[in-house]
Amino acid sequence: MADNGLLESVLRLVEKVDGGTDSQDVAADLGVDHQVIVGAVKSLQALGEVISAEQKSSRHWELTGEGREIAEQGSHEARVFNAIPDEGLPQNQLMKMPSGKVGFSKAMSNKWIRLDKAHEGGPRVFKTVEAIEDTVRDKLQLVQKGQSAKLEDKEKNELKKLQCYWTVKSYWITKGSSFSTTITKQETELTPEMIASGSWKEKKFKPYNFEAMGVAPDCGHLHPLMKVRTQFRQIFLEMGFTEMPTNNFIESSFWNFDSLFQPQQHPARDQHDTFFISDPALAHEFPQDYLERVKKVHSEGGYGSQGYKYDWKIEEAQKNLLRTHTTAVSARMLYKLAQQKFTPVKYFSIDRVFRNETLDATHLAEFHQIEGVVADYGLTLGNLMGILHQFFTKLGITKLRFKPAYNPYTEPSMEVFSYHEGLKKWVEVGNSGVFRPEMLLPMGLPEGVSVIAWGLSLERPTMIKYGINNIRELVGHKVNLQMVYDSPICRLDS
Amino acid sequence: MPTVSVKRDLLFEALGQKYTDEEFDELCFEFGLELDEITSEKEILIREQGGEKAEGASDVVLYKIDVPANRYDLLCLEGLVRGLQVFKEKLEAPRYKRVSPADGGEPQRLVITEETASVRPHAVAAVLRNITFTQERYESFIELQEKLHQNICRKRTLVAIGTHDLDTISGPFTYTAKPPGEIRFKPLSQSREYTAAELMSLYKTDSHLRHYLHIIENEPLYPIIYDSNGIVLSMPPIINGDHSKISLNTKNIFIECTATDLTKVNRFTLIITVCLFVCFNTFFILFRVEEAEVVYPDGRLSVYPELAYRTETLSGDFINKRVGINESAESIAQLLTRMCLRSEVSGEGDLIQVEIPPTRADVIHACDIMEDAAIAYGFNNIVRSTPRTYTVANQLPVNKLTELLRQDLTAAGFTEALTFALCSEEDIADKLRKNITETRAVHISNPKTADFQVARTSLLPGLLKTIAANRKMPLPLKLFEISDVVLKDETKDVGARNNRRLCAVYYNKSPGFEVIHGLLDRVMQLLDVKPGRNQGYHIQAAEDSTFFPGRCAEIFSCGKSIGHLGVLHPDVISRFELTMPCSAIDIDIEPFL
Repeated sequence: MADNGLLESVLRLVEKVDGGTDSQDVAADLGVDHQVIVGAVKSLQALGEVISAEQKSSRHWELTGEGREIAEQGSHEARVFNAIPDEGLPQNQLMKMPSGKVGFSKAMSNKWIRLDKAHEGGPRVFKTVEAIEDTVRDKLQLVQKGQSAKLEDKEKNELKKLQCYWTVKSYWITKGSSFSTTITKQETELTPEMIASGSWKEKKFKPYNFEAMGVAPDCGHLHPLMKVRTQFRQIFLEMGFTEMPTNNFIESSFWNFDSLFQPQQHPARDQHDTFFISDPALAHEFPQDYLERVKKVHSEGGYGSQGYKYDWKIEEAQKNLLRTHTTAVSARMLYKLAQQKFTPVKYFSIDRVFRNETLDATHLAEFHQIEGVVADYGLTLGNLMGILHQFFTKLGITKLRFKPAYNPYTEPSMEVFSYHEGLKKWVEVGNSGVFRPEMLLPMGLPEGVSVIAWGLSLERPTMIKYGINNIRELVGHKVNLQMVYDSPICRLDS
Repeated sequence: MPTVSVKRDLLFEALGQKYTDEEFDELCFEFGLELDEITSEKEILIREQGGEKAEGASDVVLYKIDVPANRYDLLCLEGLVRGLQVFKEKLEAPRYKRVSPADGGEPQRLVITEETASVRPHAVAAVLRNITFTQERYESFIELQEKLHQNICRKRTLVAIGTHDLDTISGPFTYTAKPPGEIRFKPLSQSREYTAAELMSLYKTDSHLRHYLHIIENEPLYPIIYDSNGIVLSMPPIINGDHSKISLNTKNIFIECTATDLTKVNRFTLIITVCLFVCFNTFFILFRVEEAEVVYPDGRLSVYPELAYRTETLSGDFINKRVGINESAESIAQLLTRMCLRSEVSGEGDLIQVEIPPTRADVIHACDIMEDAAIAYGFNNIVRSTPRTYTVANQLPVNKLTELLRQDLTAAGFTEALTFALCSEEDIADKLRKNITETRAVHISNPKTADFQVARTSLLPGLLKTIAANRKMPLPLKLFEISDVVLKDETKDVGARNNRRLCAVYYNKSPGFEVIHGLLDRVMQLLDVKPGRNQGYHIQAAEDSTFFPGRCAEIFSCGKSIGHLGVLHPDVISRFELTMPCSAIDIDIEPFL
């Protein structure tokens, strides 16, 4: 900050003129460098409405540091010329001068000097003329005196190439609404001493800049996908659903496929779609009675079904894999439920599933599946639609419609579509269905019990919610932490 | 989901009605189809190969329609139109009939020799008579064959279909298997004869056929079908002979289908396949297919195709209760008839007799019939009602604890990361200076890349990789994750279990052991465990190859080891492409449940 004496000198000058003055004139009047006055203007602006200053581009030419040096000490070529004694100077010695390189070539082209390459003891430079006229210096001295108008445009341009000129920005200074020629020191902050002494009453306080951002609080941040997971969990809990134990990524083909009445030749059981485990390769323990019933319903049918009519093999069911859906856990839970006296249940889970698929901007080898399951006597397709309607209403989605679809373990199966106001079309938001009797009855669930279920991915609604196009920016180590820091809280219904 | 591509105008002509795109989309939606894309050959070429190649290509509007994976009967224009027309009650469902040769002659016969047993032992056959192809019908015929190959036939691995101009060949036909060197014929679209061995190398570079070579490539004998004059019909499942190829002028068609013998399902699939194929090529020949005989190596003789109709009886009440509607038995029968399941009220109570045609192999239970009734009723006409199921919600304890801890870890200034559960062996072993054998890691047998070799045994690699990907962010970086790792465990039915762990890292110009130590103290405070040797928690110097010697401690809670904390070993830091010191904590949170 400029000292108060200078500031007050500036103010006195401004007071004298009507209609304002240019900061360059102020600099000339006070005999200080223009940059010092610019600093003073900024300090005065910070004091409030003492002055008003408008920035303008000046046509005024000024010398740069190099320009000033030339005006004082002569052009590079002149300095080179003057450095050469009558007996000449070795070229390498000349080149060591600060102006050596530039000055040598310029002086050569001016024919002020010559180079004797064949000279004994190495190349040597000699003067070719007695005296020179340093026109560059003369011109720059004119500029320094503020007489640049005497130069022709062509000459100005030549000097500009030498980078000796620049344009400067100056201020047009006028009196402000609270103009005064004395400076009152402004306080920056209220202090405990001011409160104690009451001195704050007399003080002037420096205005705050309300345009600036505050200081970011020092804190941690939750991951956006996990924030959305928390909200989905909350919704299920509000609806009375109990959380299933999905903390088992490794599953047997039996629970992942066979128990769901998914035949052993189904393409989903292919190496291309599913990650199989080489160690531990096989599951070694199954509820034996139930396994027999599953085998029978696949190979021969039963429970009113034709079955799939093929040789069901235990070896295929034993193969361990990374679960491809959390429905494997739902199957375990429904089997467990069937082993006791039946009571209605509502279950949910949100956890990771794995697919050995081709990866792209919206698909990874692992993602989170959200699943809801209701088991009770006499549940209808209308009930499934009703509960889906309630669930999606909590997500802020009220316009739903259902499309018939195919899924090996549900019948009927329905894709859930919602009307997207932004895209002006119906988009798929989930899958749902009624579990097949071939899945439920071998477990031992009572005949009249229906189980309705639905599922969706956690990543897709999160990407839409937070406007993320590439899933790698959201999930996995390539996450953009700035995005994590900046992501707002998650309210799914707003 | 298979996609059927049909010419829009041809489709509307067959449906006898014009629709706007929106109207047709709506009809598809109701019926369980999806109008996936509206395009043209030209557009597809421009997209796939650029504008130049597309010059002169057809502008005819194509509808690409997604068909559910179990509805093989809708995989061609004729099938789709039939399904929709019956659905709209404009047509009755056809009845497919198998007939004897019209002139009273002998049926065509396919004799299977025992050599096929080792490679592809099953075959069935059928004959279509008096076909009149138009260009469109011909294309649809080829297209359906291809669609069946891709779907129900599982890219020909289960079943392959061959079709032949019957007037160019003469039965009886022989289905046998021979060494590749002894098979010699002129294949489809080639100008000279090749041996089977030559064909296999010729097709190595064929963009279409090379995908099927593996099915028989390593067999000592290749399957082959001859006519009575020794002319090759086909070498299933690779290629047909050129001699018997179908053309626009073909009148009579001989169809053979062959299948491998992995399990019984293939024979079943084979029978369905030939059924589907013949049925949907009989629209213009009164739904009649001529029988053919197949003679097995043991002398047994069967007549194909089996066009088996089956009747199921169910009650109107069952449908009403499952769907949640209240319709009379008569109206339900009508709904089902619209889905090509010809139904009648039996007269006894509200029982309905439903006839399942041979083209609907997907109907195997009353629930499949129930779904069709619901589709015909209209899913979106069903009244939505809330189930009265009363339950009290419970959280899974380990998830409840995780949710609560996550909140407080962010309050402690750490940011949550979300990293992959799968990673490379190197990530959990070499990079952490551990031996892979001591990790108890679960290994994946079929990873497409090294990123999916194992399930993680530690959360640390994921966090360090997250830092490496965010090195431009201002320091310090403080990250945590509470999630599952997977460990082998003999006591579990699958031999492995998840373990919920808390891992946090501090990355800065100084190691910040005290920061990570402070985080441990805070976590223990949150878990209400006091510092102390017996009932409390304490740390004690330990050696762990992941950590810098002398800068690692083991964490004990109530006398039990729950994890480690310390400054990471410089080799670990550089192996994760990091440059600053880093301290970390990794604990099991399951003891605190």
